Amino acid sequence: MKIVVCVKHVPDLQADRRFTDDGRVDREGVDGTLNELDENAVEAALRLVEAAGGEVIALTMGPDDAEDAVRRALQMGVHRAVRVTDDALAGSDAFATAAVLAAAVRRLADDGPVDLVVTGMAALDGLMSVVPTLLAAHLDLPQLTLAAELSVADGVVRVRRDLDHVTEVLEAPLPALVSVTDQANEARYPAFAGIMAARKAQVPVWSLADLGLDPAAVGGAAARTRVLEASPRPPREGVVITDTGDGGRRLAAFLAENGLLA
Amino acid sequence: MTAPTAPVLAVVEHHDGRPRASALELLTAGRALGPVHAVWLGDPPDDAGPLAAHGAAVVHVVPVPTPEAGLPASVAAALAGLAEATGADVVLLASGFGAKEVAARLAHATGAALMVDASAVERDGEGRVVTTQQAFAASWTLRSAAQVGRAVVTLRSNAVRATPAETPGAAEVRVAAPARPADPRVRVVERTARPASDRPDVGEADVVVVGGRGTQGDFSPVEDLADALGGAVGATRDVTDEGWQPHDVMVGQTGVTISPRLYVGAGVSGAVHHRGGMQASGTIVAVNTDPDAPIFEFADFGVVGDLAEVLPQAAAEIRRLRGQA
Repeated sequence: MKIVVCVKHVPDLQADRRFTDDGRVDREGVDGTLNELDENAVEAALRLVEAAGGEVIALTMGPDDAEDAVRRALQMGVHRAVRVTDDALAGSDAFATAAVLAAAVRRLADDGPVDLVVTGMAALDGLMSVVPTLLAAHLDLPQLTLAAELSVADGVVRVRRDLDHVTEVLEAPLPALVSVTDQANEARYPAFAGIMAARKAQVPVWSLADLGLDPAAVGGAAARTRVLEASPRPPREGVVITDTGDGGRRLAAFLAENGLLA
Repeated sequence: MTAPTAPVLAVVEHHDGRPRASALELLTAGRALGPVHAVWLGDPPDDAGPLAAHGAAVVHVVPVPTPEAGLPASVAAALAGLAEATGADVVLLASGFGAKEVAARLAHATGAALMVDASAVERDGEGRVVTTQQAFAASWTLRSAAQVGRAVVTLRSNAVRATPAETPGAAEVRVAAPARPADPRVRVVERTARPASDRPDVGEADVVVVGGRGTQGDFSPVEDLADALGGAVGATRDVTDEGWQPHDVMVGQTGVTISPRLYVGAGVSGAVHHRGGMQASGTIVAVNTDPDAPIFEFADFGVVGDLAEVLPQAAAEIRRLRGQA
C-alpha cells in the first residue's frame, strides 16, 4: 500500500502567535512545529503500512521552515518526504493549498498509484478544517473524513466518524482520502533509529513549475477572501477572589450584577 | 447603493421536526443580508411558524431519501442546485465539523468564497460579504471580505442572538428535488443518532458549565450549577479521556467550540487546547483551587477555592435569587 500523508508546519501553540499587518500568520521569530493533529495522521498511516506492507510519504507545502514538519514525520518513521514551495504561494487560501497538494499527490503517483491520502482533522493555526474535503474533491477520491476509527481490509477502507449529533460508519474502495481525529490513535514518539534516519534523509523540493501549476492561480492575489483587519483582543480585566466561606454567594452576586441570571 | 435583492440561503438544523436554536440565529443573521430563505434538509417541518417569525420568506424542503444522500458532498450538490435556482449569493450554515465539509464542497463547486466559524456577518457598501472571526484561541480578531460574488459562511452558535423579525416572513414551503448520492463509491454502513441529554446541547446553550480534572470525576456539583443556571454541561479533554464524561461534550479545539453568553469553568486549568474552544465566550467565570491556574488570566471573575464547596453554594444562592428555593 502506498500512502501519502499531508502535514503542516504551524506556530507552536505555546508561542506568542500573531498576525502580520496584512493578515497572514506571522512566522517571523515564532517557533514552529508539526501540527499536532497531523501526528495522528502519520501514526494512522504508519500502522496501516506496518500491518499490510508498503510505504508512507509525507507531503508538505510551505517555506524552508516547513521542512521541520516533514522531518518530524520522518523521525516517526515515514519512508520519504517531499516539500512544495514557491514564492508565488505566499498568502494562498485553502482552495489554492488543496490544488497544490492535489498536484503533488498526482506527481507522487508517477512511480506507482497512491492508495490512500491521509490528513489530520484540522491545522491548529487556521482551524478551518476544510483542506481534507477540498483535496478529496480535487483528486476525485472518496471522502472519509473525521475518522475516529480507521481500518483497511480487502481493498476497502472503513471509518467511524462522530459528528455533532450522529455517529456514522462509512466504507469506500481504495484509493480514498481519509482524515483522522485525535481520537483515532495515540501518536508515537520518534525512536532513536528514526531520529538518525531522519537526519540523513534528503527532502526533495518541488516548485509550482515542477507541478505544472500556474502561479497566477495561487497566492494572495488569487485568494477568494482578503483579511481587512487583524487585531489582538484586549485582555480581560478580571477579578479573582479567594474563597473564605462565601465564594459561592459572591459568584452568584457577580452573575446577578452582570445580568447573567435573567 | 441599492438594496441587495439576491436571496440568502440559511441551512437550518432541526431535531424532532423543530428548528434548533442555531436555525433561528442563522435566519436572524441572514435577513440582515437580504431576503432570507430557510433550507430544511429531510422530512418537512411540523410547523414553519418559528421560521416565519424569524423572517424566512421561503422554506425549501430538500428530502434526503437515503443516508448516502445526507453525506457532505451530496448535501453540497443539492445546495449548489438551490443556490443556482434561487440566484442566492450567500449560503449560511451553522458551524460544526460536518457543516464545514458541506461548506467546503459547496464553495468548491460554485467558486464561492469560504468563510468559516464567523462570529458576525455583514455586507459592506458594495454588497460584499464581510465576516468577523476569532483566531489563535480567540486572542485575535480578524475581519475578512469576500473577493468573489458568492460566499458560503458558517456561523458560530450564539454569535448572533435570535430575534423575531419586525415583519414575519411568509415561510412559503417549497419542496425541492431530493438530495442524491454524489459519490456512488461511498457507502454508509451505519448511521446512529446519539441520545440527547435532558440538558441543553453544549454546542448551542447560552450558559455552559464545564468541569475539568479538578472534579476528580464527580460531576454532581457541575450538573447542579448547570441546572440552577438552565445551562449545559461541558468537559475538558482530560475528563473525556478519563471516560468521566462522553466525548460529545468535550469543549476544545478538536471538540465542540462554544461561545456562550456565560461560561463557568470548574476545576479547569485553562490549557491552550481548551481555550481554543471557549475563549470567545461572553463572560468567563472560573473556580479552581490553584491560584496559578492559567484560566484566571482570562477570567472575568475567578474564585480560588474548592469547587465542591463553591459550586453548591453558588447554585443555592442562584436559586434563591431567582425565587426558586
